[in-house]
Amino acid sequence: MLQRSLHSARTGVEGSTESLMRLRRQSRIREAVIQRLLLTCALVSVFTTVGIVVMLVVQAAGFFSEVSALEFFTGTQWTPLFQPRRFGVLPLVGGTILTAGIAILVALPIGLAAAIYLSEYAHDRVRRAVKPSLEILAGVPTVVYGYFALTFVTPLLRNVFPDMIVFNALSAGLVMGVMIIPMVSSLSEDAMVAVPRSLRDAAYGLGANRFEVATRVVMPAATSGIVAACILALSRAVGETMIMVIAAGSTPRLTFNPLESIQTMTAYIVQISLGETPHGTVEYYTLFAVGLLLFVMTLLMNLFSQWFVGRYREKY
Amino acid sequence: MIHATVSLEAKGLELWYGKFQALRGISVVIPHNQITAIIGPSGCGKSSLLRCFNRMNDLIPGSRVKGEVLFDGRSIYGADVDPTEVRYRIGMVFQKPNPFPKSVFDNVAFGPRVNGIQGNLEERVEHALRRAALWDEIKDRLHKSAMQLSGGQQQRLCIARTLALEPEVILMDEPCSALDPVATLKIEDLMKSLVEEYTIVIVTHNMQQAGRVSDMAAFLMMEEDRAGTLVEYGPTAQLFTNPKDKRTEDYITGRIG
Ligand SMILES: Nc1ncnc2c1ncn2[C@@H]1O[C@H](COP(=O)(O)OP(=O)(O)OP(=O)(O)O)[C@@H](O)[C@H]1O
Ligand SMILES: [Mg+2]
Repeated sequence: MLQRSLHSARTGVEGSTESLMRLRRQSRIREAVIQRLLLTCALVSVFTTVGIVVMLVVQAAGFFSEVSALEFFTGTQWTPLFQPRRFGVLPLVGGTILTAGIAILVALPIGLAAAIYLSEYAHDRVRRAVKPSLEILAGVPTVVYGYFALTFVTPLLRNVFPDMIVFNALSAGLVMGVMIIPMVSSLSEDAMVAVPRSLRDAAYGLGANRFEVATRVVMPAATSGIVAACILALSRAVGETMIMVIAAGSTPRLTFNPLESIQTMTAYIVQISLGETPHGTVEYYTLFAVGLLLFVMTLLMNLFSQWFVGRYREKY
Repeated sequence: MIHATVSLEAKGLELWYGKFQALRGISVVIPHNQITAIIGPSGCGKSSLLRCFNRMNDLIPGSRVKGEVLFDGRSIYGADVDPTEVRYRIGMVFQKPNPFPKSVFDNVAFGPRVNGIQGNLEERVEHALRRAALWDEIKDRLHKSAMQLSGGQQQRLCIARTLALEPEVILMDEPCSALDPVATLKIEDLMKSLVEEYTIVIVTHNMQQAGRVSDMAAFLMMEEDRAGTLVEYGPTAQLFTNPKDKRTEDYITGRIG
């Protein structure tokens, strides 16, 4: 009985050797195909990035052959569409920094407070409920935020500042701040939760209370993650377009008064892309010069964040 | 039994983690200026008992304590007691060295800073480091990261960090289990010198260590439902050479655990 089953098992193995080999070959081919496919996908994104950069640089070169870089980077007037035409990009940069600054002023304290609450105070059940609902904030279409700023926040603010312009940096910045709260809080919380229990125990054992543990041990130990989160949120704010187009105005103006109407780099790009500016003109090429500058700004922020994370990686 | 005044006293102490009872009916008296060792097989609740003495178990969600722990005659679980004050007067050193990822100085200064202790911080830090027999080795590296120290140095730093608060009791949970024999002996010598000023309670797996350093020993074991109970408690010499309970003898001679 045993012998028979052993025998049949053996013949079974021998009989299948050939088909096994075929299977092996097939799976090897499949492996190779999958690998190529994945490589292609990876390359598509690389080529797209390279393509965008090349396109930006080439077109921007066209712009800089007609306008001096000095004027572009130091001029304080931006009137490419009117006479006298001026190509000083600082008003657009200033508008971008102003709104992004307001946004980060909102998002940093609230986002960090939320992260501290979620990682150090909240019970598991609360955390599991609150975290996803916070993240919904990031999923709201930015158009909605834009109209929220324009039709709700601005009228509200005008009760406080009666002579505020309808399109203004303040309400656009505030609303954008709310939008990026979850980026700050979610990533910071991940970094804080990753701080080992043993460090918290050490601090509690020395008579620290919850808040001291959070601010003096957990946050410093999670610095690199928190900074990365903030820079990511900031670069999101710098690149944000829709809210700016809808609520911040289209008046390039170098000002740090948030009650005034300004124009951000992104909003300007939209204006030119959608307008009737004829191709091939200097006005048209400004698009690429501003786009390239925006690209370089966010790139620098991301590089800084990567360098910082590498330099101050948590070593506990 | 050496006559000494009482520092800590547990009376009918019970501890639950959620529905699981980890300690049952523990009554023990920890004398002043002596080293008391808590021994017993793995998982019998030694660390849990130690953490009851400075309310560290409060931090574990779902944990519950019944019975009493008296410190200098006052209940530390009383409604009017601030647990952070308990932890600052009853310091704790953990199984794995856990320095903060900060400088040596900031590690030692942490306790005085969070507790708002006035006075010369430099002096306090130096005194604590000297007391932990670490000063000569690292006085030139006070502002370097504590993470660069060796394991033994890190553990002595953690002891110095506790000493900087001048606590009355130091609880140590297997403080040498992550260290080599040389570093272990250094910590043991340190404990012997510290006990002149402090009361020390140490959890250890190492019978030789308990024999070498402790004056009193408490032997804990699990009951059928895995709740830890105190089997025997007394002067270490007596417990080791002439145990009253058969289970203590079996454990000490290596027959169980
Ligand atoms: N945070 C916790 N939540 C739930 N159960 C716990 C927790 N900590 C410990 N326990 C349980 O309590 C019992 C006692 O644990 P404890 O760590 O006090 O034992 P121990 O004697 O220190 O063991 P070891 O010698 O391995 O360190 C164990 O059964 C353990 O599983
Ligand atoms: Mg333990």
